[in-house]
Amino acid sequence: MRISRLTSLLLPNFTNIPNKSIIRNQLIKKASFHATSLFLQKTNTPPSAEGFMPGVSQSRETKKMNMFQAINDAMSIALATDETAGRFIFGEDVAFGGVFRCTLGLAETFESLELNILVFAESSPTSTAGRDRVFNTPLSEQGIVGFGIGMAAMGHTAIAEIQFADYIFPAFDQLVNEASKYRYRSGGIFNVGGLTVRSPCLAVGHGGHYHSQSPEAYFTHTPGLKVIMPRSPIQAKGLLLASIRDRNPVIFFEPKILYRAAIEQVPLVDYELPLGKAEILKSGKDVTVVGYGSLIYVLENSIQLAEKTFPGLSCELIDLRSLLPWDVDTVAKSVNKTGRLVIAHEAPQTSGFAAEVATSIMERCFLRLEAPVQRVCGWDTPFPLVFEKFYVPDMIRCYDAIKEILEY
Amino acid sequence: MLSFLTSRLSLSTRCLPIVNRRLFVRQFASASAETINFTLSDNSFKAYKCDPPSLEIEVSKDEIVQLYKQMVVMRRMETAADALYKSKMIRGFCHLCTGQEAVSVGMEAAITKDDAIITAYRCHGFTFIRGGTVHSILAELMGRKTGISKGKGGSMHMFSKNFYGGNGIVGAQVPVGTGIAFTQKYLEKKNATFILYGDGAANQGQVFEAYNMAKLWDLPAIFVCENNFYGMGTSSSRSSANPQYYTRGQYLPGLQVNGMDILAVKKACSWAKDWVINEQGPLILEMVTYRYGGHSMSDPGTSYRTREEIQHMRSTKDPITGLRQRILDFNILSEAEMKQFDKEARAEVEEAVNKAQNDPQPDPDELFADIYVKGTEPPTIRGREREEFAVMQQ
Repeated sequence: MRISRLTSLLLPNFTNIPNKSIIRNQLIKKASFHATSLFLQKTNTPPSAEGFMPGVSQSRETKKMNMFQAINDAMSIALATDETAGRFIFGEDVAFGGVFRCTLGLAETFESLELNILVFAESSPTSTAGRDRVFNTPLSEQGIVGFGIGMAAMGHTAIAEIQFADYIFPAFDQLVNEASKYRYRSGGIFNVGGLTVRSPCLAVGHGGHYHSQSPEAYFTHTPGLKVIMPRSPIQAKGLLLASIRDRNPVIFFEPKILYRAAIEQVPLVDYELPLGKAEILKSGKDVTVVGYGSLIYVLENSIQLAEKTFPGLSCELIDLRSLLPWDVDTVAKSVNKTGRLVIAHEAPQTSGFAAEVATSIMERCFLRLEAPVQRVCGWDTPFPLVFEKFYVPDMIRCYDAIKEILEY
Repeated sequence: MLSFLTSRLSLSTRCLPIVNRRLFVRQFASASAETINFTLSDNSFKAYKCDPPSLEIEVSKDEIVQLYKQMVVMRRMETAADALYKSKMIRGFCHLCTGQEAVSVGMEAAITKDDAIITAYRCHGFTFIRGGTVHSILAELMGRKTGISKGKGGSMHMFSKNFYGGNGIVGAQVPVGTGIAFTQKYLEKKNATFILYGDGAANQGQVFEAYNMAKLWDLPAIFVCENNFYGMGTSSSRSSANPQYYTRGQYLPGLQVNGMDILAVKKACSWAKDWVINEQGPLILEMVTYRYGGHSMSDPGTSYRTREEIQHMRSTKDPITGLRQRILDFNILSEAEMKQFDKEARAEVEEAVNKAQNDPQPDPDELFADIYVKGTEPPTIRGREREEFAVMQQ
């Protein structure tokens, strides 16, 4: 029996879905779902996240941080561990913290450091750009990224911030035609490996058309770039430090809803998490559920609901973390075990990243698949303002996909 | 930075005297259409590669009253939006134009409904002045079916006849506006397009691409830079190598206007319209103005400027207070009559708020509507199965 996903969305009476009371409870919890997640490190014990550098798991020194603080911490470490070349952070309004406060305090802390290389003219008395390593730029996304590419081509480490991922499109040309191809088209003479572009993405609850989009798939279509999206403060810190130090241009998308909502005990040491490596958050034998960013928490809830509804069911949850390159091996291994794959993302379904995952898994695991791959994605509409709750895959839609794939 | 700012602002201080002794009145017999000749302050305009318009402006008493009313309602509307946002009735991003009312109201007073306007995210005032009702704007902000964009747009996405909208992408509206101007010229219409952008957007590359095309083909495009001194939280002096925005077109003549004086705005806009429809090529107008609030609702607006600066601007250069004083000076209305207007404006906005709050949200079908022309949609909209579509139909 197939359940219409839209029915479950639009009709208040979920006649086809058992365990209504559980759903109701889950919906109530939804507002604070990050706080209740089992995947967030709430105690002072060493994090168990896969891929931690050996030293980190021994370190017991942690601090409670939300995601913007963890990102701030990562950038602070990146600026402080400067060795040969200068590291710079720039973007619109970043000098006093940025709209999401990710760069709070960095300008003050790193203003006085002497740099051996300056790429700016210091002649203008009103410009502080020559002295400061964290500075505001004009509202000019194409300029910001182009500028960062130039700095990175000179061997600097440049961390550029695009205030919202929705504003990255004026810089699309610079990223796709310049950043990604710099190494290739110069035959390896030049590269812009020092460039990291940070940008807040995904839904935030009330962002509307231009403050909510998920443009990751446009960039995963571009060889030469790396595309990363963390799910939590610990992840964000480790992945961002790895992205900054990775000698390829990296686009680091930060789910903006998690800036304040996700809180963890984050290790204070300098650590990196591997790029291109997915993490199995929960192992299971029947269904592989794949997602990234803030949807991980939605998937966690829908798995809980499914496992309550179908006693004996166990789902495996995988956070991709890195979308380009993405960890096809981990997912394929999991699907070879479970035979079923559900993928979720917020971006529209057509040509979304889930299409790539589904195809690769179909190639690798065709004979092992028990059911067609299920994609739970945003609808093929512009990101709506008032219909955000319908648009973004929620617990019920993800649950529904798990149910459908089981009952195929 | 502040000293720089004050020196820049002193321009507007001088152009908006509360009582301008040099003003003189020439009164005519007819009561309602009676006109008054004002002489604007010497410092109302600064020109680049052109002669500034004359400082004489003739306005009827009726019109003065009308301008005043519109500014008062606009400010009440923005105050209501502010309150609604804070009570979480408005979600999303919300940019208020409090303090900048003279620009939109003065511009509209100088042009006709056949002229086009396109602006950026601070668009509530322009929507209002271009025919949107207070109710339709507030309903849009609250995502109601009765909103001017059916509740689907929200703060930055409001449109009406010959008003090509707010736009959420900084600077993106400037080339679009140039295209509108091209069409006006191509259709041989004697109309102009006013393309608004902020001092922050002035640094976007596409603005200069638009300048070039507009000049190349001598389009009736008037690029209007609303300079409120801060692009989000960065002051113009820290973001712009040349903060004299009216000179930034190089080959485009420009005019800096005291955007806190509604009569100066009106004069400049009608002068600019005459200029472009006489095929003298595009122009840049820099409206020197000020926003009292933060960039958006999430910005308290005080981390990059002092409270004293805001207070100073409010008390000495406010466009509504300035016009109010003129109305009193010329005995156009009495204090009591103006109080009555203020009261009426408050009541009008309150009624719109109540009405909008009780309006329904858009129908679920609206989610999929207006993506493609009706009847030409893809057979299935992905993310939704065929049978799900059938459910929708039931």
